[in-house]
Amino acid sequence: MGAELLQFLVSGLTVGAVYALVALGFTLIYNASDVVNFAQGEFVMLGGMVTVFAVAAGLALPLAAALAILVAVAVGLLLHRLAIEPARGASAVTLIIITIGASIFLRGVAQIVFDKQFHQLPAFSGSDPILLAGAAILPQSFWVLGGAVLVFLGLFVFLEKTLLGKAVLATAANRLAARLVGVDTSFVLALSFGLSAAIGALAGILITPITLTSFDVGTMLALKGFAAAMLGGMGSPLGAVVGGLLLGLLESFAAGTISSAYKDAVAFVVILAVLFTMPQGLFGRRSVERV
Amino acid sequence: MLEVRDLQSAYGRILALKGVSLRVETGEITAIVGGNGAGKTTLLRCLSGVQPVSAGTVKFHGEDITGWTPHRRVAAGIAQSPEGRQVFGPLSVEDNLRLGAFRRGRATTDENLESVFEMFPILREKRALPSAGLSGGQQQMLAIGRALMSEPRLLLLDEPSMGLAPVLVDQILDAVVALKRAGVTVLLVEQNASAALAIADRGYVIETGRIAHGGTGQALLHDPAVREAYLGL
Repeated sequence: MGAELLQFLVSGLTVGAVYALVALGFTLIYNASDVVNFAQGEFVMLGGMVTVFAVAAGLALPLAAALAILVAVAVGLLLHRLAIEPARGASAVTLIIITIGASIFLRGVAQIVFDKQFHQLPAFSGSDPILLAGAAILPQSFWVLGGAVLVFLGLFVFLEKTLLGKAVLATAANRLAARLVGVDTSFVLALSFGLSAAIGALAGILITPITLTSFDVGTMLALKGFAAAMLGGMGSPLGAVVGGLLLGLLESFAAGTISSAYKDAVAFVVILAVLFTMPQGLFGRRSVERV
Repeated sequence: MLEVRDLQSAYGRILALKGVSLRVETGEITAIVGGNGAGKTTLLRCLSGVQPVSAGTVKFHGEDITGWTPHRRVAAGIAQSPEGRQVFGPLSVEDNLRLGAFRRGRATTDENLESVFEMFPILREKRALPSAGLSGGQQQMLAIGRALMSEPRLLLLDEPSMGLAPVLVDQILDAVVALKRAGVTVLLVEQNASAALAIADRGYVIETGRIAHGGTGQALLHDPAVREAYLGL
């Protein structure tokens, strides 16, 4: 029994780390603009798919991964420049609908540029499971977890220790005041799109050896990441991480103890439960401020 | 230093500024007084570039800055302490101040931080605390301090006395006078007309998007029409 629980724990944390990365992408863009970017999942798809095709074309894995991240960042910046920036001043709902459109468009283009098959990447350091206290752990799980931890730490240092990072937080806290102190808020938004795309693509690259990828994996990942962000509290980077890991664990334990058929339902039950009982999430912004 | 000519600005189809012209002279305190909804805040937002201008020009040191982005204006030396303080609530007092210097080099930031702390010692005490927890008066000091961190040549102050106890109003206005002595040009927008005109070299009365009266601060204080309409005398 103990071994089984450990197994659920590790696989839950692994997939949860990916949800956390997607949720962080949501959080960054949401903070800079109040927009929930539903094209976030497409960045994850691009990360996996570009890597797969670059490796198939003969590129070494690290180079292919770097290329995939660059492609995703370019797409993220173009999305901001061509779709979000021209609609500046529109309501958040309009912008959200634009991102849904962009997501459908990107999926369509991926279907044409790549194909409609499922693809796999070889695990980065072998696929022989490591036996730990009776649980079999894929080495790739450590890559996913390690990559996620590096992103969390990097983002933490950027946001808390650099002036530019604080400008990002300031933009989130009060956009008008940020503009008045001279922060170029449309640059901050472009930066958020670029960072989100890079983080999403990295998640896609790390998880592909475990879960396969195809042109349409983005939809489900975006929904899961959104559920994670809601659970943690939209706008809170810490909430995104905790929400992602929690959602991954819930999913893994539900699949293991109830039935794997209901695995995907967990995320939606979580969204509903959060909306009904605590719309601000675990670490959401409290709306009470002294004036 | 600042020359505003026939400035118009609208929210949707409602014209908030219907052609405002005024001048701010170097080294002076210029006060703009007027009632609620007269267009005072809109005017300052236009000057900072965060509110679109539909007609007219703004010249700063003879240069037309009407189409400049807000960050370019901050870099050129126009800083604003906005209405309602607008501090970055979750960020610490010190981070708020450092962000004020976002367009300035790191070199002078520590020095400027020190002079803001000297001006408002309470901010030094609370430097590590989130600014959302400060009292209204402390947040006002923080908003002014944050604007000063960019080493402005022209400081725009929007309603610094709003919602403050009289003793705090005096303290804030004393700070404004001290800033003028230190060589900062100030454009002060106030509903508290008598307090603002008393320290102003020059003043304007704004009514429904138009300048209704202009003159030296003392002249306006003693103008019967202004006294009746805005000073309640």
